[in-house]
Amino acid sequence: MRNPSLPAYNFAYLDEQTKRMIRRAILKAIAIPGYQVPFASREMPMPYGWGTGGVQVTASILGPDDVLKVIDQGADDTTNAVSIRAFFAKVANVATTTRTADATIIQTRHRIPETPLAHGQIIVYQVPIPEPLRFLEPRETETRVMHALEEYGLVHVKLYEDIAQHGHIATTYAYPVKVEGRYVMDPSPIPKFDNPKMHRSPALQLFGAGREKRIYALPPFTDVVSLDFEDHPFTVQRFEARCALCNAQEVYLDEVITDDRGGRMFVCSDTDYCETRRSKGSQVGGLPQHGAAKADWEAAE
Amino acid sequence: MVTDNPSVMAGAPLLSVEDVSKSFTIHLRGGVRLPVVANVTFEVSPGECLVLGGPSGIGKSSILRMIFGNYAVDTGRILVRDRSTGDVADLASGDPRLVLSLRRDHIGYVSQFLRTIPRVSALDVVAEPLLTRGVERKAASNRAAAMLERLNLPSALFNLPPATFSGGEKQRVNIARGFMIDHPILLLDEPTASLDETNRDVVVGMIREKLAAGTAILGIFHDIPVREAVATSILDVAAFSTREAA
Amino acid sequence: MNSEPILSVRKLEKRYGNFIGCTDVSFDVWPGEVVAIVGESGSGKTTLLNCISTRMERSSGEIRYRMRDQRFPDLAELGEAELRFLMRTDWGFVHQNPADGLRMRVSAGANVGERLMAIGDRNYGDIRSRASDWLERVEIAASRIDDMPVSFSGGMRQRLQIARNLVTHPRLIFMDEPTGGLDVSVQARVLDLLRMLVSDLGLSVIIVTHDLGVARLLSQRMIVMKSGRIVEQGLTDRVMDDPSHPYTQLLVASILEN
Repeated sequence: MRNPSLPAYNFAYLDEQTKRMIRRAILKAIAIPGYQVPFASREMPMPYGWGTGGVQVTASILGPDDVLKVIDQGADDTTNAVSIRAFFAKVANVATTTRTADATIIQTRHRIPETPLAHGQIIVYQVPIPEPLRFLEPRETETRVMHALEEYGLVHVKLYEDIAQHGHIATTYAYPVKVEGRYVMDPSPIPKFDNPKMHRSPALQLFGAGREKRIYALPPFTDVVSLDFEDHPFTVQRFEARCALCNAQEVYLDEVITDDRGGRMFVCSDTDYCETRRSKGSQVGGLPQHGAAKADWEAAE
Repeated sequence: MVTDNPSVMAGAPLLSVEDVSKSFTIHLRGGVRLPVVANVTFEVSPGECLVLGGPSGIGKSSILRMIFGNYAVDTGRILVRDRSTGDVADLASGDPRLVLSLRRDHIGYVSQFLRTIPRVSALDVVAEPLLTRGVERKAASNRAAAMLERLNLPSALFNLPPATFSGGEKQRVNIARGFMIDHPILLLDEPTASLDETNRDVVVGMIREKLAAGTAILGIFHDIPVREAVATSILDVAAFSTREAA
Repeated sequence: MNSEPILSVRKLEKRYGNFIGCTDVSFDVWPGEVVAIVGESGSGKTTLLNCISTRMERSSGEIRYRMRDQRFPDLAELGEAELRFLMRTDWGFVHQNPADGLRMRVSAGANVGERLMAIGDRNYGDIRSRASDWLERVEIAASRIDDMPVSFSGGMRQRLQIARNLVTHPRLIFMDEPTGGLDVSVQARVLDLLRMLVSDLGLSVIIVTHDLGVARLLSQRMIVMKSGRIVEQGLTDRVMDDPSHPYTQLLVASILEN
């Protein structure tokens, strides 16, 4: 119980002026899909790399009636997800959930839920490096000009290198996309498996990078196209295995080591999706044998 | 290729040198001025071989170099007439593009020494003037090889850079290159100086063919038999020399 | 002979405060012509090259360029987008140090293919085969296409830089001491290659060099600079065989006979 004599946090931790500043940045980002809007990122009570950008975005859009879900690598119960969820429960006193369908705001690190997002939902991505051109062009002054002038050849240089070195486009996460035929955007380190989910999603998608002080956005129903070559088209990973727990297929699977004798299994990375399926009766009989399950990472050619 | 068009002043001089003077100012020696020639005036007509005579150091090579645009001219005019149009251009103005254009279409020059280019074979040195005029590589190489064969250069040398050749071999490569193109005006600076008798006769034959085709030739030949074989007239450069006779 | 210059420089000046980088520089470059800018270190030749290629801002003067559509604007009139497009399609820049002009951590093939991708080529196989053709044209074995330039010798890197510049068939190439950092034996090969490519492709070139031998081999015309000014210009062989300015005479007199 909070002692009423002590000063309370402002709702959702950030002061109202800061939230207004961030909301203005968000509105601008929504108005220019895929464009990185600078914002005055605040010090948050957690280190950079723990989602400070996403937390500030969430804090700025959160209302008392919102229902918040936080995931990290698809799971609701990992450290990062638990602590951010606890943070908002404390500083905003909002309802939290692990159910994708029940949430109004989903803050995520590295995944998009398997359950399709709906109109009215907002997904907030935590972004470590917002600049998709950074890997080949270290100068921020130069990458800004490149965005302004739509000079995106470098992205293809990177994809070319992938094919030349690996025989296929080996970039499997943070796979660059073109937004509404204009800006090239880093979708944050989600697996490319999730890239198609961004395309024309009915949900509002917001991206916050705390250390790099950038916010960008995809309004609902925005075209999001993964970049590729005519003769090496974009494809997502395919898993040969099904989830060892809920028997789901065509979902993103994590490999789990079960013992020190080579035992392993593949399970849904999205814990809510997996649990929902199991509660509805989808079960797999018994644990898999050693090395039985096998994931086949797609390899074009 | 320029053809002899009788309707346009057939036989008119292709080269007219008028009152040309040349001196060198040597700034490294306190600006001392070395006069070379003054008031040089002569003409060369199609089919004519005018030989510049006089002792060494009198300025004969300098006159050729001025006409090729390689030396600047202090005063005077060097008029080059286009055989088919009759148009006249003054090369002494020194405009680099004019000089380059005249070198390309009107004036050929065989210097005393071949300037070699690293890695470029003798055959390519000779074929280059054809290549730069758009002749297809294979055809250019064939013509270059034929020319070198005529000058008795051992075929084993064709594909080697001439840097290591003997003086006579280099000179033959140089002559071959200079004779590849049918320029209306040809400047020859002692082309036979380091050749044996056989090759000298080959060169004399080549010069005669050029003259018969209507080329205007201006040359320096210290070799008396060659001079007698090709000269149609001789001009004593001593008349223009500003240097004290030794 | 083409009667319109591709580049025209008038009264160009670059000042750094009171210090003059270059001043009163006027000259033209015609299509297919190689112009050498020579002079010792500090003569302003590199400053001049950088101003003309818009890598550095000029203080005053005109620089006009003949666009492919025959317009002849001052480069200052072009928008940044148009200028940058020009720089990666119609122009090339060969740096003295290949590392300045290459992406050292990207394969040779990608280095050559980058300009193609920059202008919208999206067919991997096509980009790769053109990159491979260009590697062979600069005498780099096509089998090295996936190797990084860091594994290349100095001469190979310089040839790779040349290929990377030429793949879009530019019309004007700027070169800053292109053989300056190479061993003599390697220099000859690069020079010979440049000489052939320039004549095969009909390129216009502005080459800055302090090496008169390089200028003699590659250029038709020569501009001699001293203390930021042009002291003499003309046909390359005329300037070298009959230099008139005291400084040019000093330069020419300093060449070792071969």
